[in-house]
Amino acid sequence: MAGTKKLIDENGIRLDGRKWNELRPIKLQVGVMKNADGSAYIEWGKNKIMAAVYGPKEVHPKHQVLPDRALLRCRYHMAPFSVDERKNPAPSRREIEISKVIREALVSAVIVEDYPRTAIEVWVEVLQSDGGSRVAGITAASLALADAGINMRDLVVGCSCGLIGEQVVSDLDDTEDKEGNGDMPVAIMPNLGLVSLLQVDGVYTRENFQKAFELAIEKGKQIYQMQREALTTRFFGGEAQSTEVEEAAE
Amino acid sequence: MPMIQRKQVIPGDVVAKGNYRYGSYIEKRGEEYVALRVGLAEVGRDEIKLNPFTGPYLPRTDDEVIGKVIDINGFGWVIDINSCFDGFLPASFVFGRDFSPATHDLSSKFRVGDILGTRIESYERSRDPQLSIRGEGYGKISSGEIVKISPTKVPRVIGRRGTMINLISEKTGCDIRVGQNGVIVVDGSPDGIVKAIKAIRLVEEETHAPDLMSKVEAALGGGVVGGN
Repeated sequence: MAGTKKLIDENGIRLDGRKWNELRPIKLQVGVMKNADGSAYIEWGKNKIMAAVYGPKEVHPKHQVLPDRALLRCRYHMAPFSVDERKNPAPSRREIEISKVIREALVSAVIVEDYPRTAIEVWVEVLQSDGGSRVAGITAASLALADAGINMRDLVVGCSCGLIGEQVVSDLDDTEDKEGNGDMPVAIMPNLGLVSLLQVDGVYTRENFQKAFELAIEKGKQIYQMQREALTTRFFGGEAQSTEVEEAAE
Repeated sequence: MPMIQRKQVIPGDVVAKGNYRYGSYIEKRGEEYVALRVGLAEVGRDEIKLNPFTGPYLPRTDDEVIGKVIDINGFGWVIDINSCFDGFLPASFVFGRDFSPATHDLSSKFRVGDILGTRIESYERSRDPQLSIRGEGYGKISSGEIVKISPTKVPRVIGRRGTMINLISEKTGCDIRVGQNGVIVVDGSPDGIVKAIKAIRLVEEETHAPDLMSKVEAALGGGVVGGN
């Protein structure tokens, strides 16, 4: 392919100067919106994404009520100004699908059985978009859920990997996503050791698939540390600590 | 000398391993006890507790809650108790056994917009919580200022055996009622109310500061009312 030559040079350096297994810079912040029950903001490469959580609250329309668990609703939306050419604000086919996969990535972590007959809403708004916005959205949304104080088995963290030619690379940006040969977004629950999202496009050999999948998990764990830090900074003002104190007399 | 270990945890963190009794917001996975919320875990000799830092109010039987009447139907009052479920106060709890929608006028007792101090009579997963006003001090609250705080911070505002709330109450000369749902009614002189609300906000902001009592005491001070 003519395009692939430019994406990664003979020294293995990518367009933005990264090596094959490096991440773009990530910034995470928790509790950024006053009127949401929980919120988070993520900057991941050129991605700028807000996630907000509302609820648990009453379900409307009433016929959607689930008697034994919460209804987790999720909306992934790209702002009209988030891309070069104005995007129609109406949810596109792509956004509807991403909303669905984000919901499914999060629902396995949220203990929906603890909130019967309620709705929990997750809003992921992409203010500026780059490659890998769904995994960035998942990463931010799980922080927003934790901020909202909803019972969760684990945080969810996403990372994408992919192919440039036959080279496996981590964390594709927008150009690499479009010009490259494959994209593999993966979301994991790092403490549980479970995968909650796995999508693949492109043609992979068995070895490349294995390599990309394992790389995505490794990088996901790296991002999990940043997630932790963002959450502990918000609630404990720094690293989570453990102290021994004398039991107070009752 | 019994020691307890305090751990700051986030969802997914292992609080302890072994064999313990454990409360809400903790899940047992094999040998491990895992936190489900952001909060402060306390690992005692044979018991683990987790005090969450954020979260919604979920009703519990026998909680005292302060709510607002939002609707009246033939059989009782629907009350907003600052939760994802609305409370229901059946008319028969107020008018007695011989209540009949034909002879009793519900709006003569409580109207939409009234603030009530109530107790949760019963709550189960399948139905909305049922409220009652039986008992001393329950019923309509006719004066005061309403303050809402995060329900997870209610225990700190009350303090150990009510010490914090008594301190604020004494220093400001206000009557303060705290609902477990995070709704607080402060009643007293205008200056006192302002001071009391400031103190409550201070507790809310610095919930986990060491020696919060003396901080609040200093903020309330013996100073002039109206002076900072």
